[in-house]
Amino acid sequence: MSEPAPRPRHRGQVMVAVGVAMLATLILIMILGPSIAPYSPSATSPNSLDGPTAAHWLGTDSIGRDLLSRLIVGGRGTLTITFVAVALALTAGLILGLTSGYIGGKVDLIIMRLLDVVFAFPVFLLAIAVVAALGPTVKNLILTIAIVYTPAMARVVRAPVLSIKRWDHVEAARSVGVGEFAIALRHVLPMAISPILVQTSLILANTIFTVTALSFLGLGPPPPDPNWGSMLAEARQFMELAPLTVIGPAVAIVFASLTFIVLANGLREMLDVGSR
Amino acid sequence: MTAPLLRVRDLSVTFPARRGRPPVKAVDRVSFDILPGRTVGLVGESGSGKTTTGRAILQLQAITGGSVSLLGKDLTKMSSSDVRAMRRHMQFVLQNPYSSLHPRMKVADILAEPLKVHRSVPAERIPERVAELMTLVNMDPASVRRYPHEFSGGQRQRIVIARALAVNPDFVVCDEPVSALDVRTQSQIVDLLHDLQDKLKLSYLFIAHDLAIVRAVAHQVAVMYGGRIVEFGDADDVYENPSHPYTRNLLEAVPIPDPARQRAKLAASVVDPQFRGRDGETGPCVFGHDHADGTSEWHEVGPGHAVSCRFWPPGVTP
Repeated sequence: MSEPAPRPRHRGQVMVAVGVAMLATLILIMILGPSIAPYSPSATSPNSLDGPTAAHWLGTDSIGRDLLSRLIVGGRGTLTITFVAVALALTAGLILGLTSGYIGGKVDLIIMRLLDVVFAFPVFLLAIAVVAALGPTVKNLILTIAIVYTPAMARVVRAPVLSIKRWDHVEAARSVGVGEFAIALRHVLPMAISPILVQTSLILANTIFTVTALSFLGLGPPPPDPNWGSMLAEARQFMELAPLTVIGPAVAIVFASLTFIVLANGLREMLDVGSR
Repeated sequence: MTAPLLRVRDLSVTFPARRGRPPVKAVDRVSFDILPGRTVGLVGESGSGKTTTGRAILQLQAITGGSVSLLGKDLTKMSSSDVRAMRRHMQFVLQNPYSSLHPRMKVADILAEPLKVHRSVPAERIPERVAELMTLVNMDPASVRRYPHEFSGGQRQRIVIARALAVNPDFVVCDEPVSALDVRTQSQIVDLLHDLQDKLKLSYLFIAHDLAIVRAVAHQVAVMYGGRIVEFGDADDVYENPSHPYTRNLLEAVPIPDPARQRAKLAASVVDPQFRGRDGETGPCVFGHDHADGTSEWHEVGPGHAVSCRFWPPGVTP
């Protein structure tokens, strides 16, 4: 089986470019955070539930805090949790998936069945259970999400490894005398990178939803730090008085997950995942 | 008589039964020797066990019986780390040069890998050795910064050969090294393998289904059928005086480059003889021997030229 020559996919490239631009915006806001926010996210003003004004571009919330500032700083919290959690899930998924797929046999069976147990729970239910049991701290939230998404990552790593490990260049490396560990890392894993990239991006999009949803239910990082989920929860009761307090965080959440969905679809087309 | 470089004895590979199908004896008690600096050609039809034999010799395939000794050391009794160390003496040239090179490694890194694995040259000398290897296979040493997909099939196969020769092996298994290439490139690669054998005193196990190419490179020929060697001898003897009916069949299958004669040959050809094993059969074999006492199935038909009494179609006698 030979690796098909890389074909440039125009549509995919455009989507990836858009996705990268969106991601850059997110990351920029995340890094600059408090320094570009016009107010402190916890500073109150006498005008609560105000509409957009020159002083408060997106208005204020129920206790008079600047909505724009809270969105910017809150995004930092949500995105940090998302990135760290997915990075952990990716690391665990790479280790487990590569071990499972490459060694195969009983090792594969045991690892995959254990992951199936985790996979069998609905993501959200499991997350609620773990956070409820361990307590709603940032650390627990990250750990929970990492655990919840590890099986999906491991599967996406394992599947291509199963076939790549039988490719000729892998046998050639073995016949040269390269050790099994080096073969797995240098000759097998790099060939599986495309589907892993796409999946990571999709899981990032899902994780944004999971993080905000858990925060919405009060299982997110504790107050007073703002985050999109808890902002939605607080604003819900004043929805009719100040629609922007709901629309603001909602748009932010949609923008963040859309970023990763666009990126995932672009990468999928550009890297030709799934059609080989 | 020099000691053989490679000694294969009763090598067997059985693939386990799957989904109701019986186990497959891909390689069945294969024995032969390869002398230093010589080439043994292994021919046979698809599925006769040629490639599996090659892979089993290189310990890339788990064996179910027999032994493989290289330089007097039994590879089948070694730990996997000792086998890895022995790989500096035995290398592999795979059939398809389009898939046997890592597509995302530069040629320089592909050729440096065996050198690093076996620490055969100090790190600072690796670029020098890589350039040397490129020259050895008649390629431009300046092109090592390129990726495999930037080369043609023949060039890629040269790179595969260079990689195999990086650690100065004594023995190379060439598994259909030219069958993925066009005819003109085939002869270039065959010439290259020939030159390298003279220069480096290599021994080859040359696996192929193309009889003409095997005749051009091999000193001795083993004809394989149904997982067994049915005829073994010097290349000239086997080609001039094929003794096993399967060998004759194989040689007759070569088309004649003359349409009229080829058509006449096809019209005259008899029904395909049936070759079946003799396991479990009793009574004398085609040579009149009774092997019930465990004597060898091999029958000498000339000096160094032997034929198995297995797989003779009914009614055919030597």
